Amino acid sequence: MSAHAGTTASSSAAAPLSWKPFAVLAIFLIIGPSLIYPVFLMKALCFALFACAFNILLGFTGLLSFGHAAFLGMASYVSAHAAKVWGLTPELAILFGTAIAMVLGLVIGMLTIRSRGIYFSNITLAFAQMVFFFCLQAKFTGGEDGIQSVARGRLFGLISLQSDMVMYAFVAVIFFLSFLLIYRIIHSPFGQVLRAVRENEARATSLGYKVEHYKLAAFVLSATLVGLAGAVKALVFQLASLTDVSWQMSGEVVLMTLLGGVGTIFGPAVGALVIVSMENYLAELGSWVTVIQGVIFVLCVMFFRRGIVGTLMDLWSKRNAH
Amino acid sequence: MIEIFGISSQALFGQLLIGLINGAFYAMLSLGLAVIFGMLNIINFCHGALYMIGAFVAWMLLNWLGIGYWWALLISPIITGALGVVIERLFLQRLRDLDHLYGLLLTFGLALILEGVFRQNFGASGLPYRIPPELTGGTNLGFMFLPNYRAWVIVLSLFVCLGTWFAIEYTRLGSYLRAATENPALVQAFGVNVSRMITLTYGFGVALAAIAGVLAAPIYQVSPLMGSNIIIVVFAVVVIGGMGSILGSIVTGFGLGIAEGLTKVFYPEASSTVIFVIMAIVLLIRPSGLFGKGA
Repeated sequence: MSAHAGTTASSSAAAPLSWKPFAVLAIFLIIGPSLIYPVFLMKALCFALFACAFNILLGFTGLLSFGHAAFLGMASYVSAHAAKVWGLTPELAILFGTAIAMVLGLVIGMLTIRSRGIYFSNITLAFAQMVFFFCLQAKFTGGEDGIQSVARGRLFGLISLQSDMVMYAFVAVIFFLSFLLIYRIIHSPFGQVLRAVRENEARATSLGYKVEHYKLAAFVLSATLVGLAGAVKALVFQLASLTDVSWQMSGEVVLMTLLGGVGTIFGPAVGALVIVSMENYLAELGSWVTVIQGVIFVLCVMFFRRGIVGTLMDLWSKRNAH
Repeated sequence: MIEIFGISSQALFGQLLIGLINGAFYAMLSLGLAVIFGMLNIINFCHGALYMIGAFVAWMLLNWLGIGYWWALLISPIITGALGVVIERLFLQRLRDLDHLYGLLLTFGLALILEGVFRQNFGASGLPYRIPPELTGGTNLGFMFLPNYRAWVIVLSLFVCLGTWFAIEYTRLGSYLRAATENPALVQAFGVNVSRMITLTYGFGVALAAIAGVLAAPIYQVSPLMGSNIIIVVFAVVVIGGMGSILGSIVTGFGLGIAEGLTKVFYPEASSTVIFVIMAIVLLIRPSGLFGKGA
């Protein structure tokens, strides 16, 4: 999305690596469960990882995928199946689910990456829908029922994850490390090339970068991390269902990212937290939640294109400039 | 009973008819998307929701005001088209200078709002809409029984599609439209109000969706979810046909409907994925779609 190429986005890219946000994040992760119900917090973390991984593509490569639910849902089914039917230990089930998402990302990526802009969005959406129908009909996914009562099992065959607090610690560590990884990728030379592609693809090509390879790498990376989120989510809720692979989910992650701030590192996580809390606390409103989500979407697109974190960063840099 | 590959001709023709009917809706919806895409360069994500509203307007006209099918076929597209004009003026117009992805996101948000409002008020289950008395019953063609209403849907949708194609390719207004798609600034310089043309184009595309909605009301039930069920398939149709191609969207719409119907006869498990599989194959061979001019 070239329109995002605001001054803040590029200046933040040039800023040196900072450990401060991670210290804040670590403190939040540690004190979080004493303030908030851990299962809810785990849900928020899964969606935060989902949105941040999605943002590698939208925010830092400029590709709007409308089919990321395919990776979330597929990984969640595979890890649920591996844990429940094959009895794999949780870390192996998650790894397996993530690996399948990576393979799926590679296949869909190779088929879609040559298309641009709206074409790309449309085609990824159609592929995700293909995955949806596959999950609806395949034997191992349990159709409309999904895969239910998946045992969380024992981590490395030793530590039981049955207690929510132990599970939370596990999820928090995974989330923290993935987040660090995303941050590192964005601030690596590879991440710089991705941003160059976002800003001006033709120029990146003329500088000798194989743009398609970079885009494909970003796509696979994004799909893999989304898969990780999905695989963890299946174990947290002990459930894999069609919701995670539906196109509404693909839309929801776009909303989280847009609301939090496209092209900011922390934005999508903030957006995910807001949307998940909204769904949680407004659940009794029924269909109005969808309407509210739609309204937020429209408001973000019309007036608030930098998102929460983007706007805060703008305010911050303005204040520092004076 | 004649049998082809072990399948009775009755089943074959029955599924072909269903395929043709679905194809008629795919064609009308993807045509609307193509018209809008050509002019505004956005994928109208709320197209399915507007198709649903077209059907609901017909239902409301009948149940609240006692206005029947034939008038609804005229009034519903006008009302829904007017809603489209409002959407364009209120929102899309302000996004014209931005990345076109914002248009997609905005219409996605609108689709959520419209669907949510209708689901809140009418529930998720479908409401019945009677077939108009003039079109009840059917005709025995010898090899199969053809319900009159279904024949009407196919005939009218063909008429609408070909009429639109003719209007765009062979009339003065259509030539303005094509010129404005190529080079809006130049057409504006010739004294044509391009901005108004864009708004009306959007309204027209929406009206096409509404016509499809009214036609669909007696066949499928009128339900808040009817739009999102069909629109994703239509997106795939648009990708296969080549985005923005008018004739392409009509031909692919009908063609894929029939392909889907045939799959239901020979390999029912694949019937919901066949269109996406075709899409993947088409993308590998012709990335810009069957009728596209390059992405």
